[in-house]
Amino acid sequence: MTSTFRQTVRANLAKPEVRANFYRAMDGLMTRRLDQFPDKAELERLRTQSMAIRANALSKLPELLETLEANLTRNGIQVHWAETPEQGNQIVQAILERHNAKSIIKGKSMVSEEMGMNHFLEALGIECLESDLGEFIIQLDGETPSHIIMPAIHKNRIQIAKLFHQKFPDIPYTEDVDELTQTARRILRDKFYAAPVGLSGVNFMVAETGTLCLVENEGNGRMSTTAPPVHIAVTGIEKVVESLSDVPPLLSILTRSATGQPITTYFNMISSPRKVGEKDGPEEVHLVLLDNGRSNIYSDPELLATLRCIRCGACINHCPVYVRIGGHSYGTVYPGPIGSILEPQKAGLDVHGELAQASTLCGACSEVCPVRIPIPSILNRLRYDGVRKDAANTNTVGSGKRRTLSEAATWKTWAWAATHPTIYHAGSTLATRFKGMLPTNLGAWTTVRSAPKLAESTLHQQVKNLGVDHE
Amino acid sequence: MSNTARANILARLREPQRPDCGFNERDYLSRYDWDTAERVRRFTERMVAVRAEVHHATPETWLDVVSQVCAAKGLSNLLVSPETMLGKQLHAQADRFPALKTYDQPIESWKQELFYGVDAAFTGTYGGIAETGTLIVMPSADEPRLMSLVPPVHIAVLEVDKLYTTFAEAVQAQGWVQAGMPTNALLISGPSKSADIEQTLAYGVHGPKELVVILI
Ligand code: SF4
Repeated sequence: MTSTFRQTVRANLAKPEVRANFYRAMDGLMTRRLDQFPDKAELERLRTQSMAIRANALSKLPELLETLEANLTRNGIQVHWAETPEQGNQIVQAILERHNAKSIIKGKSMVSEEMGMNHFLEALGIECLESDLGEFIIQLDGETPSHIIMPAIHKNRIQIAKLFHQKFPDIPYTEDVDELTQTARRILRDKFYAAPVGLSGVNFMVAETGTLCLVENEGNGRMSTTAPPVHIAVTGIEKVVESLSDVPPLLSILTRSATGQPITTYFNMISSPRKVGEKDGPEEVHLVLLDNGRSNIYSDPELLATLRCIRCGACINHCPVYVRIGGHSYGTVYPGPIGSILEPQKAGLDVHGELAQASTLCGACSEVCPVRIPIPSILNRLRYDGVRKDAANTNTVGSGKRRTLSEAATWKTWAWAATHPTIYHAGSTLATRFKGMLPTNLGAWTTVRSAPKLAESTLHQQVKNLGVDHE
Repeated sequence: MSNTARANILARLREPQRPDCGFNERDYLSRYDWDTAERVRRFTERMVAVRAEVHHATPETWLDVVSQVCAAKGLSNLLVSPETMLGKQLHAQADRFPALKTYDQPIESWKQELFYGVDAAFTGTYGGIAETGTLIVMPSADEPRLMSLVPPVHIAVLEVDKLYTTFAEAVQAQGWVQAGMPTNALLISGPSKSADIEQTLAYGVHGPKELVVILI
C-alpha cells in the first residue's frame, strides 16, 4: 500500500468535503446527459455514427494529417510537429521569442497540461495565465485540473469564495457565483486586452477544409484566439476528421455527453489568420501537432480504439471509482476511465500501469462512451500486458514490468491445480473442511473488507448432491 | 527538428497494418423536416432557455425593435457597420438610436475603446439552426470577429428563410465546403456562460452578458 497512487487515493478518501463535491457534481451530470437522449434508438444510432467517423479518420490517419497540413498551410496557418512534450514546448518557446512575448493567455487545453507547458514557460520567465474560469480558479490555488472539462469541480462555492478573498483582498468577500464570475471577468478582460499571444487547444481538425474547431461556453477560447496578435493551437495528432460533414454529429454527441447541453454557447471554426482588409484576428496562427506516444498506441489494432476519444468526459462522470477517489488521486493529466487507459499507454505500464487495476470493470464507461471505446477490454489488455512474460510480442510501453515472481508463481500453482482434477478436488475439499482455520487477515484486501468465508461444501459437492451429472 | 519530427511521426503511423475501419454509414442528412413555423418555435424555445432574448419582427418593424431594445437597456452607444445592408438601414435612421460607432479601422488603433467603451454591437447573421437554437455568424471586414464577442450586449438579426433545421443541413444547403471556409465561422447559442463554480450557471463570463436575436 505504498505506491504514490495508493497514497493519494487514501489521502483523498479522507477528505469528506472533496468527496461530497464530486458526488454532487457527477450526479447532476449523469441526469443531464440522460435528459439529452430521450430516444434510446437515436442515441445508439448517433454513437455508431460517431464511432464510424472517428474510426474512419484513424484508418486514414497519416494521409489525413498530410491533407490537413496542406490545407492549413494553403490557408496561411503554420503547422509544427512534435514527437515529445519537450519538442512541443520548444516550438512554443521559439514562437514566443520571435515575438518577444513575455506572457501568454491560455484558453482551455488539456494537451498543454500534458506538455507541462505552464511550468516550462514560467521557468523561462514567461507568465502563463489560464482564462477558462475553472482553470483560472485552480491556477490561483496552485492546483491541476481534476476533470478534463470541469477542472475545478472538486471545489465548492465557499472554498472558491475564500480563495478569491485571499488572492484579491481589495475585492469584498462574496459567495455569490455571479459576483465571483464578474470578478474573474474584470481581471481577465485586462489580460485579454494586453496579451501578445493566445493559446488554445483544438476539439476537431477538419482535413478537407483546413479548419480548427473549438467547443466552449465562456468565450475565453474565442478571446484567446482572436484578441492577441498571435494564436498558437496545440493538440494531439489523433484529433483530425476527414470532412466538414463529420463535424455536426460529433459536436452534437460531444456536448450532450459531456455536460448535457444540446450545444455549447460557442463553436468556433478557425481556418486562417487575419486576411488582408480584415480588421481583427491574429496575424499569425500556429498549430502544434503532438505525438507523445500516440503513434505507438496506433500501432496496436486493439489499443488503437483509445485514439477515437473525443474527450467528452462522460466516462469520467459515470465512473464509480472516480467519484469516490476524485480526479487528483490519479496523479495524471487525464483522470478516470479514459485516463486509466491512456496514461499507462503514454507513460508506460511501469509508471502508470496501476491505474488499469483501479477499476471494477463495471462497464459504465463503455456504456456511455459516445464513440464506443471498449474501455474495460482495454483495461484488461493493459493488465495482461503489464504482467505478460512475452513482453517482446507487444508494443505497449513497459510490458511485463508489472510481473512479480510471487504473483506469477501463485497463478502457476493455481493453473496446475485447476487442471489436475484429483488435486483440485482434494484441495477444495480440504479447504471447506478446515475453513475455520483459514486466515482472516488477507493483507491489503482485508484492510477495508472482511475476508471471504468459504461455503460449507464445494460447488462440486453441491451439484453432486442435487443429482446433476456434471460431466 | 520539426521536419524530423514530422517524418518520424508519419513513418510510425505508416508502419502498422491498419485495419479497415469497417464502418461506412457516414451519411448524416437531416433527420427532421420541420416547417418554418416549427423551426421558429424550436429556435425561440432553445434560445430563451439559455437566457437569450428573442423578438419577432418584419422587414418593416425590426428597426423599431432595435430602437426599443437600446432604450430598454439604457445603451449609450451601439457599434454598427455602415456597409452591410442592415447596417445601412440602421445608419439611415441614426437619430432613433444611441450614438452609433463604427469598426472602421484595425483593432490595434482602437482596442482600448472597443474593450472599455462600447456598450453593444449590432450584427447580421449568416443563418440559424432550429434544433439547437443557434446563430451562424461569419465575421467579415465589415463586421469583424470581436464585434460579437467584446461588447456586453450583442444584438443580431436572423432572417427566417436562413433558419435551417440542423447544423448538418446548414453546412450542406449553404455549400460551406464549396464556398471555402472564411477566416472564422461561429455558431453562437446564447450569451457567454460558465458552470465552473459548483455547476451553477453564471452568464457573461468573457463574452456578451446579453444576446438579443431579432427574427425577420
Ligand atoms: S473515452 Fe469515450 S466517454 Fe471517455 S472521454 Fe473519451 S469519448 Fe468521452
